[in-house]
Amino acid sequence: MQFTPSNFIANLGYMGLGLLGIFVVIGIIILVTIALGKVTNRKSGKEA
Amino acid sequence: MEFLFGNLLDLTWQHVVMWCIGGLLIYLAIAKDMEPTLLLPIGFGTLLVNIPNVDLIQEGGALVSLFNAGIANELFPLILFIGIGAMIDFGPLLSNPKLMIFGAAAQFGIFFTLCAASMFFDINDAASIAVIGAADGPTSIVVAQALGSKYLGAIMVAAYSYMALVPIIQPPIIRMLTTRKERLIRMPYEQKNVTRTTRILFPICITVIAALVAPSAASLIGFLMFGNLIRECGVLNSLSETAQKVLANLVTIFLGLTIAVRMQAAEFLAPDTLLILALGLVAFIFDTAGGVLFAKLLNVFLPKDKKINPMIGAAGISAFPMSGRIVHKMGLKEDPQNFLLMHSIGVNVSGQIASVIAGGLILTFFG
Repeated sequence: MQFTPSNFIANLGYMGLGLLGIFVVIGIIILVTIALGKVTNRKSGKEA
Repeated sequence: MEFLFGNLLDLTWQHVVMWCIGGLLIYLAIAKDMEPTLLLPIGFGTLLVNIPNVDLIQEGGALVSLFNAGIANELFPLILFIGIGAMIDFGPLLSNPKLMIFGAAAQFGIFFTLCAASMFFDINDAASIAVIGAADGPTSIVVAQALGSKYLGAIMVAAYSYMALVPIIQPPIIRMLTTRKERLIRMPYEQKNVTRTTRILFPICITVIAALVAPSAASLIGFLMFGNLIRECGVLNSLSETAQKVLANLVTIFLGLTIAVRMQAAEFLAPDTLLILALGLVAFIFDTAGGVLFAKLLNVFLPKDKKINPMIGAAGISAFPMSGRIVHKMGLKEDPQNFLLMHSIGVNVSGQIASVIAGGLILTFFG
């Protein structure tokens, strides 16, 4: 096992990409879920 | 008498230490009720594999065969995910989908720990260790196995132990990062109708979106959402019950016992193991901090009557439903009229989705 402190900085790019990726995907899922809720609620409202 | 006691001569102090570790895991499972479904089989398996010359861990032995059949190809954790998906009720989340953003924020610890662990381990091992922060056993197993990490045993013990210790780990971090005024913020809950169509389409949409973005996550998210679809479709009640109970329990038995193949003294008793346990704790701490601090950041931009209680950010880790309940209890402790449960549980289930996506992204980067 070697201690290489410079690797922390070197891998910060992965942290940035990972967090960006997760927020983007979750953001898309949120929008799709809100849209789903609106569409299906409207449909069930019409049927009622 | 040598035929009876000859094996004793092959017993080493390392074996005995592993017996103690196995015994400790069994004790924690039974006496302290800490994740007994996994810690007990892992503990007992640890005892078994650290007896000298047992055939279980030889080529063709029972545990090695099970390992190759279900862990080496990641099959057991994926099948377990069907059961977990069937157990999850996404209702609180679907009635307020914006809560999912805290599930994303609470995965910060995974990526922070990736950077921290890379100072000591090669990148694949560092990534496998970082996913302890997913607080999700199956995701940890799939990622560690796919990345070929040699620390699967230590990672599993860390992941399941810290999941059980969430009631001890999270509250001090939450209190340290929030003021009393913030902990008193009330969040009224409005019951919103979630249609059956939404409940059915949700797992399908999540699977397609997540798998398109991170194909490496397709198996994890697909199996989880398949389980949920079985639950929500309303026409497969017997399958849903089977998935939640029989299937989940069966796979858990095999999973726990088989993971112990990687709990042999030669692999487990190394300075690396202590470091992995420490890094796993770092991951959980920074997950909690990430969720809470993100909520506080959002509050800067929100009007006074729409503020978020930042404690719910901490529920974004995947330790379901423990983390959600802890946040709710902490809210009640500050103000007996402050009911955060529906919000915290909504955030908690979103953590399950976000942790799987995080695992998928890790596999995309390094797989």
